[in-house]
Amino acid sequence: MATLPAPPDGVKRHVVAIIGPPNSGKSTLFNRLTGLRQKVANFPGVTVEHHMGRVRVDGNREVFVVDLPGVYSLSPRTEDEQVTHDVLLGEMKDMPRPDAVLLILDVTNLARHLVLAAPVLSLGLPTLVILNMADDLAKRGGEVDAAELGMQLGAPVALVSASKGEGLDKVFRFLGGATHAEPRPAPRVELPVLQDIPKCRAWAAKIGLKGGYHPPAPPHWTRRLDRIFLHPVVGPLVFVLVVVAVFETIFTGAAPLMNAVQAGIASSGQWIGSLIPNLALRSLVVDGIWSGVGNVVGFLPQILLLFLFIGILEDSGYLARAALIADRTMARFGLQGKSFIPLLSAYACAVPAIMATRTIENKRDRMATILIAPFMTCSARLPVYTLVISAFIPDRPVLGFFLHTRAAAMLGLYVLGFAAAALTARLLKSTILRSKRSSFVMEMPPYRWPTAQSLALRLYDRSAVFLKRAGTIILAVAIMIWVLAHLPLAGGKPPDIAESFAGHVGHAVEPALRPLGFNWKIGIGLITSLAARETIVSTLGTIYGIEGGEENSHGLQEAVRHDLTPGGAAALLVFFAFAMQCMSTLAIVRRETGGWRWPAAQFAYMTGMAYVCAFLVNRAVTAWLGA
Amino acid sequence: MLLTQESEIKELWLVSWFKVQMSSKKVHRASQVRHQLRMNRSARNLTELKRGESGIIDRLDLPVEDATRLMEMGFVPGHTVTPANSAPGGDPRVFQVDGSEIALRRETARRLLLRVDPTPAEG
Repeated sequence: MATLPAPPDGVKRHVVAIIGPPNSGKSTLFNRLTGLRQKVANFPGVTVEHHMGRVRVDGNREVFVVDLPGVYSLSPRTEDEQVTHDVLLGEMKDMPRPDAVLLILDVTNLARHLVLAAPVLSLGLPTLVILNMADDLAKRGGEVDAAELGMQLGAPVALVSASKGEGLDKVFRFLGGATHAEPRPAPRVELPVLQDIPKCRAWAAKIGLKGGYHPPAPPHWTRRLDRIFLHPVVGPLVFVLVVVAVFETIFTGAAPLMNAVQAGIASSGQWIGSLIPNLALRSLVVDGIWSGVGNVVGFLPQILLLFLFIGILEDSGYLARAALIADRTMARFGLQGKSFIPLLSAYACAVPAIMATRTIENKRDRMATILIAPFMTCSARLPVYTLVISAFIPDRPVLGFFLHTRAAAMLGLYVLGFAAAALTARLLKSTILRSKRSSFVMEMPPYRWPTAQSLALRLYDRSAVFLKRAGTIILAVAIMIWVLAHLPLAGGKPPDIAESFAGHVGHAVEPALRPLGFNWKIGIGLITSLAARETIVSTLGTIYGIEGGEENSHGLQEAVRHDLTPGGAAALLVFFAFAMQCMSTLAIVRRETGGWRWPAAQFAYMTGMAYVCAFLVNRAVTAWLGA
Repeated sequence: MLLTQESEIKELWLVSWFKVQMSSKKVHRASQVRHQLRMNRSARNLTELKRGESGIIDRLDLPVEDATRLMEMGFVPGHTVTPANSAPGGDPRVFQVDGSEIALRRETARRLLLRVDPTPAEG
């Protein structure tokens, strides 16, 4: 993925690396420079993700920009630092050595951030030192002489505000010039011994002083907000409120949007159906593809809302405080505060959650977080839960107005998933992933307004990933199920569903599933749900819809109620809470852990647990109702 | 006096306990621990700083890798540290150091030792 496409005119494409410490505004600058012309990529062989984008400089010439992971130094100790080190030295496979470097530093904390300038400048590549957050510096009464600092460093210096887009013309000019400049000799400033951090820090202080740097006043707003958000009583209260508000908005607020999307898909399906004269083809397009894929696309608003919230929380700086508050609780399961952020996003989808674990330095903590993330109730489970719960549980109030039976059942399933995750974390951390109590070191960035551009780009990224999945895996499964349910032809007509290929497969697995209370139709659904959980809904829709043709969710509920005993229904819910039914998650776990060993173990553990628990629940519920 | 007797008994017990320790293989470890304790008794650590009080970092009593990471984040010997807000219960706590705010767990903060104030305390 990291390979660059050859330019059409045969001219060498220039590559510029962006490097900077965490929280220096690297991604904001990158987004400013590239806009939509960027993509996420993974370096071969390592799990570190990076962004790659194109910047147009003077006219139609283009420069490739690589956003490297945020690092405090270039000594390769963590995986992120190793990648940054390798790319800058030209040791990364499939990646040419950068022609120039953009070193981005937070000017409100210049003396400390300048420490990174020493190793970067000693590389001898043309470097532009970008002092970001200039607006913040001025507002808080600090100052710096960019020209003098440039003289001291022997490299050009630009004072910018990436979030406001100010001062970027100098960056563009540098990108335009760097592409035909020869690598310059190392700057003439005396660089300190890079391994000696106190010496480097003293060097940075001296350079800063000579560059006329006066640090700004402390960030008053951050101090004020922290007094609320980290208050011993109010802080946790706000924390709980934020989490509840996020969930409430996702489930209640997204409903009208989701209904609108689903209605749009249903009516457009009918319209498309009316255009197709051929009966079989119409059935394939409308019943197979349109409703199969549409069932899944309907969840896009909900997922985007969740990502919008997580984006706001992260960009504003609150998520770091949330991780701090959650640290003690996470420690009880053998994990740490940094695991909280990926686990929160696992409520939307385990795939980005697993990618987000790379901020956890401790390898064992990271592995444990990866292994338990799929237990969190992801949005793909929602369609299944909603279908079964509304088919079997009458909606009655439990606690007056506060809670209804169906919402309570849903909440119970969320708690069940979380309990399984916590238990598994405990188990892993006390056996194979045992480590001495891990440390928690985390920088609390100042609070900032999230920029609309960064949020929009996040949502765009997510939608692209989600729709790609709907257009590939789910589309393929939908077509396959439709075909298998319509063959072999009996006397030129599609067979009865029980006699079709799909029916045969369902009957073949039925003996294994009967103890759980599932019949062969559910069996077909379960097999397809191994690709992605939500496919069971579209599969059952296709199977039940074949005779009637009418496939609204009421019909589906009726059919499910007819096919499942109450015990079987409870077992199905428990099965979906625990089982590992997601190819994308398995693929990402394989990529992040570097082999099939962990995903295979994870699949066996989760699905085995699902089978055993579903069996027990079926027995218990059946006995309880029979008594 | 009862008091003397008690302290005598205590001393006797301590001596015999010490003999047992001497005869065991733990002697080396025990002396190391005592040495460490003596070294640290005079030096305060980050957790002992009161709210609003600041101290100067003397050294980081941590494995090289952990110490390097903390130094890169600003905990360099000679720098001033001030404790700030914390998670409920006081652990982990945020420390202001070198222009940033870094959260540390208590067990880590305990290993960051402060310079003993060269000017004698009042009183």
